[in-house]
Amino acid sequence: MNVSSNNTPPVSPWTTRPLVLQSRRPETPGVETFEFAEATSGIATGALGLPGQFNMLYVPGYGEAAISLSAPADNSGRHLHTIRTVGNVTQALFRLQPGEMVGCRGPFGTGWPLEACRENEVVMIGGGIGLAPLRSLIGWFRANPTGHRVSVLLGARSPEHLLYQPEYRDWEASGIQVHCTVDRATPSWQGHVGVVLTLMDRLSLPNPRNTIVLICGPEIMMRYSALEALERGIPADRIWLSIERHMNCAVGLCGRCQWGSHLICARGPVLRYDQLVHQWNVPAL
Amino acid sequence: MKEPLFLPREEFPTLIARLLDQGYRVIAPTVDQGAIVYAEIQSVDSLPRGWTDEQQPGRYRLKETGNSRCFDFAVGPHSWKQFLFPPLQRISTAIKGETGWTFAVHEPEIHRYAFLGVRACELAGMRVQDRVFLERGYVDTAYEARRQASLVIAVNCAVPSANCFCTSMQTGPRCEGGYDLALTELDEGFVLEVGSAAGADVLADWDLQQASAERMAASREVSLNAARSIQKTLDTQDLRDRLMAQLEHPHWQEVGERCLSCTNCTMVCPTCFCSHVTEVSDLDQQNVERERRWDSCFHLDFSMLHGRPVRNDIRSRYRQWLTHKLATWHDQFGESGCVGCGRCITWCPVGIDLTVEVKELCRDQP
Amino acid sequence: MSQKLRLAVFKFASCDGCQLSLLNAEDELLALAEQVEIAHFAEASSLLGAGPFDIALVEGSITTAHDAERIQQVRQSAKTLITIGACATSGGIQALRNWGDHEEFLRIVYPRPEYIESLATSTPISAHVPVDFELQGCPVNTGQLVGILADVLHQRQIRVPNHSVCRTCKLQGVVCVAVARGVPCLGPITQAGCGALCPRFDRGCYGCFGPVVQANAESLTDWLVQREHQSPAVLVPLLRNFNAQAPAFQASGDRLAAGEMNRGDMP
Repeated sequence: MNVSSNNTPPVSPWTTRPLVLQSRRPETPGVETFEFAEATSGIATGALGLPGQFNMLYVPGYGEAAISLSAPADNSGRHLHTIRTVGNVTQALFRLQPGEMVGCRGPFGTGWPLEACRENEVVMIGGGIGLAPLRSLIGWFRANPTGHRVSVLLGARSPEHLLYQPEYRDWEASGIQVHCTVDRATPSWQGHVGVVLTLMDRLSLPNPRNTIVLICGPEIMMRYSALEALERGIPADRIWLSIERHMNCAVGLCGRCQWGSHLICARGPVLRYDQLVHQWNVPAL
Repeated sequence: MKEPLFLPREEFPTLIARLLDQGYRVIAPTVDQGAIVYAEIQSVDSLPRGWTDEQQPGRYRLKETGNSRCFDFAVGPHSWKQFLFPPLQRISTAIKGETGWTFAVHEPEIHRYAFLGVRACELAGMRVQDRVFLERGYVDTAYEARRQASLVIAVNCAVPSANCFCTSMQTGPRCEGGYDLALTELDEGFVLEVGSAAGADVLADWDLQQASAERMAASREVSLNAARSIQKTLDTQDLRDRLMAQLEHPHWQEVGERCLSCTNCTMVCPTCFCSHVTEVSDLDQQNVERERRWDSCFHLDFSMLHGRPVRNDIRSRYRQWLTHKLATWHDQFGESGCVGCGRCITWCPVGIDLTVEVKELCRDQP
Repeated sequence: MSQKLRLAVFKFASCDGCQLSLLNAEDELLALAEQVEIAHFAEASSLLGAGPFDIALVEGSITTAHDAERIQQVRQSAKTLITIGACATSGGIQALRNWGDHEEFLRIVYPRPEYIESLATSTPISAHVPVDFELQGCPVNTGQLVGILADVLHQRQIRVPNHSVCRTCKLQGVVCVAVARGVPCLGPITQAGCGALCPRFDRGCYGCFGPVVQANAESLTDWLVQREHQSPAVLVPLLRNFNAQAPAFQASGDRLAAGEMNRGDMP
């Protein structure tokens, strides 16, 4: 039958590129940032990904894991991925030494809304490892100052779980406001205690209609953060969330990452609150 | 396209012979394992001549018709997706050498299939999968190659089953395009319609007469009779919105108590496309293959996230399947995922009928 | 691999069939022996090494007081304890005694029953010690057994597919024997792993791999009785089989048996 995908030339979505592990940097307990380099040259500039997108990192025999980009792509062919060791694949990644090889497909998915980021005040809210996909956007803001206020609200279980702490000073030096909180303080902790959305109280939001909110973290934290933003007058279509579901094909062909109306890998992972609100409160959907 | 032709019954074997001569592997209905299934045939003798199927929820039986027609049945447990989107596909390999891993995409062998006996609902099923695999961004290149290489010979449905509801889904019973050739079986032969250049090529230099007005009328009557005999209905008016408004209806629990979560409905569905890729490796883990298999939203592991299933009871898995098929498919692909073939009703081991469940689910909650 | 993993295989009340499944892995066994030290495997070698072991494969159920003590020692000697087969995982066919009169069995079968020391019940290993993984099947599938050893070897989570037999049938194009022919089949509620062997040969599944996770045996048996007019006299033995004591099968078997009694059609 003559059917056409209008896709020329066809490239198999299963095409896997080799990457070589360059270095591993411990971040917080169970979390490290991995630097990979493309093992073969000729990767097109711009094909390396936008903030908020993800790669499928592949350890043969263990499988693939969807890992978000933790730094904006440049032309160096290098990728930064902050990874938490949780399952088979990430545990296998944590056994790799520099010089060893992994496979990579990607980048995939929607990124953060860069056009809206250019034109608005921006509030980023990150919880735990959820800061990883926001870090690539923070890097983008540092390279592309917009002239608008950019704030980052960060929360973690305890001070030792606050991701990228050594970098906060640099972020602030480029004009980004950083506010931190922890659920449980330690004796040496001088900062705020409480869940991350309480940091919204510290923020004046004089222009909610010219502000966008970008959230990534545990689902419950994202839900309450979005509600808090709505309460402060941010419209539902100006709140973006990075949704997590198990991804298998990463290209919208396997159905695995479905959540209600969306195939998260293809339509997301970054989705607007108004695209989710109809299904957000239905458990086990 | 050309005017419809008439293929006398005694010339029917020539059609198969032409397909074989032109290098096609002919896949057609045939009787096997107590059902009419799709398999490779070499001659018309393998077609289910004189057989029909009786279907009820959770029940399928073959029955002799006493006539010599070849296509007097509805649809069986197989669908054409097993040829276009095979249940097991090797997709890639990773081989460890001196310098690390070598990754390669597996290039599947593509057969030139001629699918003979494709029903209108099945044409619709193919178009639904086309949209999933070809038209939404990333392209399943293996599916595309298989689809391009295949020839579709439709047969208008004369004897729908008690579980058919294509008339509700507006997918049948008459084939309205999407085929290379289409047949309507009459006692003395077939009205033969040409739907594409590839279809015309099969008939090249074959001296077939145009179908007479009487036979054209008889052909249309076959479809009208088929449509009239379909009893089952599904009200599709605003169905997406009506179902999405009932995500917490107590009836989900009730059907969840009957559903076995066995995956049969999704396996036999001509549009269900879910799959899962697993690693297949040797003991040394030096030669690794990735294998893609049909999977199902009824499989507990399917919604696994951080070691826990999101849909951890049968109720939520049934809700996922039904709402995806009839509601969120619209959100994702702009149409319904159901073509009304009734397979999920027949092949459910406990006879769950989605058309009945939908009526319950769309009733106002007590 | 710096040091070979030490593997032990222990037998309790069982037929040895699952151990044979390991021996049947002829091609893989040599490769396995290069990476694993088979330290204790009475079925294969008279050299019986002492613990500790990295992996203990346990076949069989607990049917004697002595075995109830011995399994404690096995547990203490093993880092990872994996039960293999229906006996070790659900009590096996010998768990049918759990529905009978143990003392009477002894009197009928043995001329001198006082020499027999056995418990009144056959129970799975998990009723006595914590189990790291249960590999279902009667007998277990050789490929799955080698697969889980490879999982331990390569530090993967031990895992086998946990779907129903139906999916296996459908992946192979096997027509449903229940729907197309009315054969009572436990496939929808039975864990895959057998390759759908029985349905491929026109027979109904008799559940030798045990219940699939979240098995809805109640709905299936309701359907078979009410709509397919199957008699409890057929269905109770079908459920009370190699995995009679597996909770999902046990509950439905007991429910059917009770119904049978209520209707007064038991002999």
